Amino acid sequence: MAIAHDSTAGLLTEYVTVTIGDHMFGLPIFRVQDVFVPVGLTRVPLAPPEVAGILNLRGRVVTAIDMRSRLDFGEREPGAPVMAIGIELKGESYGLLVDAVGEVMQLHNSACEAKPANLDPRLSRVAAGIYRLEGQLMVVLDVDRVLDIRNGAVAA
Amino acid sequence: MDELLKEFLVETNESLDVVDVELVRFEQEPNNAEILGNVFRLVHTIKGTCGFLGLPRLETLAHAAESLMSKFRDGAPVTGEAVTLVLSAIDRIKQILAELEAHQREPEGTDADLIHQLGEMVRKVSVPPAASTSEPTGYTVGTLVPQTLERPLLPGEVSLDELERAFRDTLGPAPIAAAPQGKAEQRKAEHDRSQNINGAEKEEAEATVASKSIRVSVDTLESLMTMVSELVLTRNQLLDIVRRHDESEFKVPLQRLSNVTAELQDGVMRTRMQPIGNAWQKLPRVIRDLSAELGKDIELELHGADTELDRQVLERIKDPLTHMVRNSADHGLESRADRIAAGKPEKGIIRLSAYHEGGHIIISVADDGRGLDIKRIKEKALASGLVTEPELDKMSEAQIQKFIFSPGFSTAQKVTSVSGRGVGMDVVRNNIDQIGGSIDVQSVQGKGLTFTIKIPLTLAIVSALIVESGGERFAIPQLSVVELVRVHAKSEHRIERIKDAAVLRLRNKLLPLVRLSSLLKLDGSKAIPDKGFIVVIHVGAQTFGVVVDGVFHTEEIVVKPMASKLRHIGMFSGNTILGDGSVIMIIDPNGVSQEIGASVASTAAALAGTEAGQHATAENTVSLLVFRAGSPEPKAVPLSLVTRLEEIDCKKIELSNGRHMVQYRGQLMPLIRVDDEVKIKREGAQPLLVFSDGHRSMGLVVDEIVDIVEDRLDIEVASDIAGVLGSAVVRGQATEIIDVGHFLPLAYADWFRGKDVKISDKERTLLLVDDSAFFRNMLSPVLKAAGYEVTAVSSGREALAILKKGRRFDAMVTDIEMPEMDGFELAEAVRGEQRFGEIPIIALSSTTTPEAIERGRKVGFHDYVAKFDRQSLIAALKEQTADIIQAA
Repeated sequence: MAIAHDSTAGLLTEYVTVTIGDHMFGLPIFRVQDVFVPVGLTRVPLAPPEVAGILNLRGRVVTAIDMRSRLDFGEREPGAPVMAIGIELKGESYGLLVDAVGEVMQLHNSACEAKPANLDPRLSRVAAGIYRLEGQLMVVLDVDRVLDIRNGAVAA
Repeated sequence: MDELLKEFLVETNESLDVVDVELVRFEQEPNNAEILGNVFRLVHTIKGTCGFLGLPRLETLAHAAESLMSKFRDGAPVTGEAVTLVLSAIDRIKQILAELEAHQREPEGTDADLIHQLGEMVRKVSVPPAASTSEPTGYTVGTLVPQTLERPLLPGEVSLDELERAFRDTLGPAPIAAAPQGKAEQRKAEHDRSQNINGAEKEEAEATVASKSIRVSVDTLESLMTMVSELVLTRNQLLDIVRRHDESEFKVPLQRLSNVTAELQDGVMRTRMQPIGNAWQKLPRVIRDLSAELGKDIELELHGADTELDRQVLERIKDPLTHMVRNSADHGLESRADRIAAGKPEKGIIRLSAYHEGGHIIISVADDGRGLDIKRIKEKALASGLVTEPELDKMSEAQIQKFIFSPGFSTAQKVTSVSGRGVGMDVVRNNIDQIGGSIDVQSVQGKGLTFTIKIPLTLAIVSALIVESGGERFAIPQLSVVELVRVHAKSEHRIERIKDAAVLRLRNKLLPLVRLSSLLKLDGSKAIPDKGFIVVIHVGAQTFGVVVDGVFHTEEIVVKPMASKLRHIGMFSGNTILGDGSVIMIIDPNGVSQEIGASVASTAAALAGTEAGQHATAENTVSLLVFRAGSPEPKAVPLSLVTRLEEIDCKKIELSNGRHMVQYRGQLMPLIRVDDEVKIKREGAQPLLVFSDGHRSMGLVVDEIVDIVEDRLDIEVASDIAGVLGSAVVRGQATEIIDVGHFLPLAYADWFRGKDVKISDKERTLLLVDDSAFFRNMLSPVLKAAGYEVTAVSSGREALAILKKGRRFDAMVTDIEMPEMDGFELAEAVRGEQRFGEIPIIALSSTTTPEAIERGRKVGFHDYVAKFDRQSLIAALKEQTADIIQAA
């Protein structure tokens, strides 16, 4: 998935779109390792609330981060579908738990707008920008910021 | 990077590390030619390789160092200054090598400063050359083609001309027929030859040793290890599946596979083992430099350098160890003057030792310096808000010492460049915790400080017990599990409760219990059910029991480190993938022990109290001296009453005033017979039981001393006969228990002046307070015979303490004349307390004046009995305790 050139307006970036709590978010595709169904999630007692647990993905131990909790969107309904986006950071594997995974979109970098000042602080911390798509907004997630969870307290 | 360069860097760095160590050794043993030879050879090789690879800066530097070293070889004095210079050159070379590694070329710059210093040193230590045997004959024309060196001569080098001259001037080999060659020379020649042969042999031997080892890249080993781990996991999976089928043709081959896998695992783990000396390599140099910098004389002792441990573990403890050694040198060891003032030898010692124990490696860092300053630690702890004053007061010294592991805790007065930077013991402990180890500290102020580190031999694959708690499964490392206990209502082991703490009685030890699910906050309940499984864990010095809901089996698991976001959770040391593919957490026994530390301490205290209490009441065995006197039936007295066993010469027995006496220790000692059946011997030796109180002694005449036994004193049949308390079964025989109290006044009418006896009634508890041990010992069996359970204490203070602890008695009998707190004061104190203020108190006194009695009544004595009126005492007690029954 290369970054293509549009003759008219510079670079494009591909985003994997996901739905978390009825909102649409985008993750730059070069940060995404894979997409999988989280199975066999083991709770980690005494872990920070954002950490849903750990699971075994093809022999690797993946730390699952519940994005609903991370972005303060409230509990998931029991039985509601969950998908995971596999991310790698400093040699460790993480899985971001989202409600649904959408399609991959190729978007112009120039169309990315700055995040509005009145954006919820928790979202604002992890957002890199916003795209206005037909009918909805897509918030671009800064993966490094998303994974910046300190011991029990979310980093500012 | 160029392969050649890479290899050069690896080898040269290794050589330089060895040079470091060897130079420090050389400084301490300047006459050791072998060490010097080693160093010289290494430096020389480095120089050669540098020249070969076209690294002029390095070559020049190495050459300069080599020149100085060759002066040592020539016999120049080895001064600290000179060695420091060589070490500086080595350091500079290391620096350049680092640059080389990073940028693939030598850095710009010049080492003229160092080279100049080295040159100066060479000149300073040069031994004047011996006069040459022949005068240089000026310009020589040789047969060689003129050659020009294209660079200026390096210090120590000679020009080609000089070289040729030297060749010409040297005598050629002696003609073979030269007979006058002295025998000595011949022998020397032979000796030299044999040395060479030995040298060659040695080199050969070394070569064969060298060829027995092989260099392998660390990455290769890592991937090998990973693959073996995967193999182990897969094997576990297969075992899991086969376990579920009773009959399976897979079982046998799988067993073989399992064995082979285990051996492979073992073998690969061993490849990762390295001697701890590798981590210690840099330390001699560090200490040498520190000694110079701090102006202290420090000796570093290394024991057990060849103790092996896993490479990964080694990496993690290198820095903590260095840090601790630096700390000892900087803060621990006192200055020379201070040490002498304290009567210690001027040289401070830092001792590192390592050895294997169980599945762990124990490393200790000890110094004989000033130890930990408890006062400063207390101050710092209070100032940092880590603890409050009342909490601090309750802590033991050992607990206070542990504060040094708190984050940011440094009581160093000034932050020196050496240590005290704030990279404190908390970081050290963290590092050690992360590899599953533990660190402990012992310090004696003024004497020294010792750190003891315990780390598991390998991190990778461990044996673990799989348990269930709160609906989840967890792994507990087998090494820390002592045993498994199953408890339910009818089992041999039961869970008991002391106040709120649950404990398990296991073979006479009481273990604190904690529920795993409550530790992990899996469910709200902290209560420990009466049945379940208990995993007895031993870690450090703590033993405790962890209550789980179920226990599965033991499995070999591959330890995967915790994700960085979860590493801070002390309860877990990692996670693993089980045979069935599920991920479970691995419990860290250290973490559990710390978590329940507080509750364990208080439980332990409660236990100590109870155990002591139980001991006192449950074990009512008494030492009895069994003897025969006058009849074949045995008699006995409490051993504690007997002062001495004696045999005296019958000739010494005198008769005076109708009484038998003997001169004993400068005084007359009356001899008493138990009854008229006893005959005093006329000749030979007469055995006696001597009872003494102060300077008075009485000798009880016996026929023979049978035995000393330990048995319960249950006087079953009371006696009316004076002098006999009753009969008890002692070691299976009916034995008369002698009432010593009866006989003593027979010896001295006034024996009991100042002492009284109270005898109480059926199975009631009695607190007896009397400062005379003799009396307490004598009264206890007497009172027991009368049916009271007696607790005897020696002072009013003790009596109050017992009452305050919560023990209750039906009556208290107390002496009046006691030091510190007399009977009156005691009674007042007792009456003052709500909880036990109503206890009947009976006072014993020799003074029965009306005033005394009145005073007694005022302070609340229920009764006041003259000391040696036993009957009155019994009666009084009966009366007082009867009241209680009525009141109840």
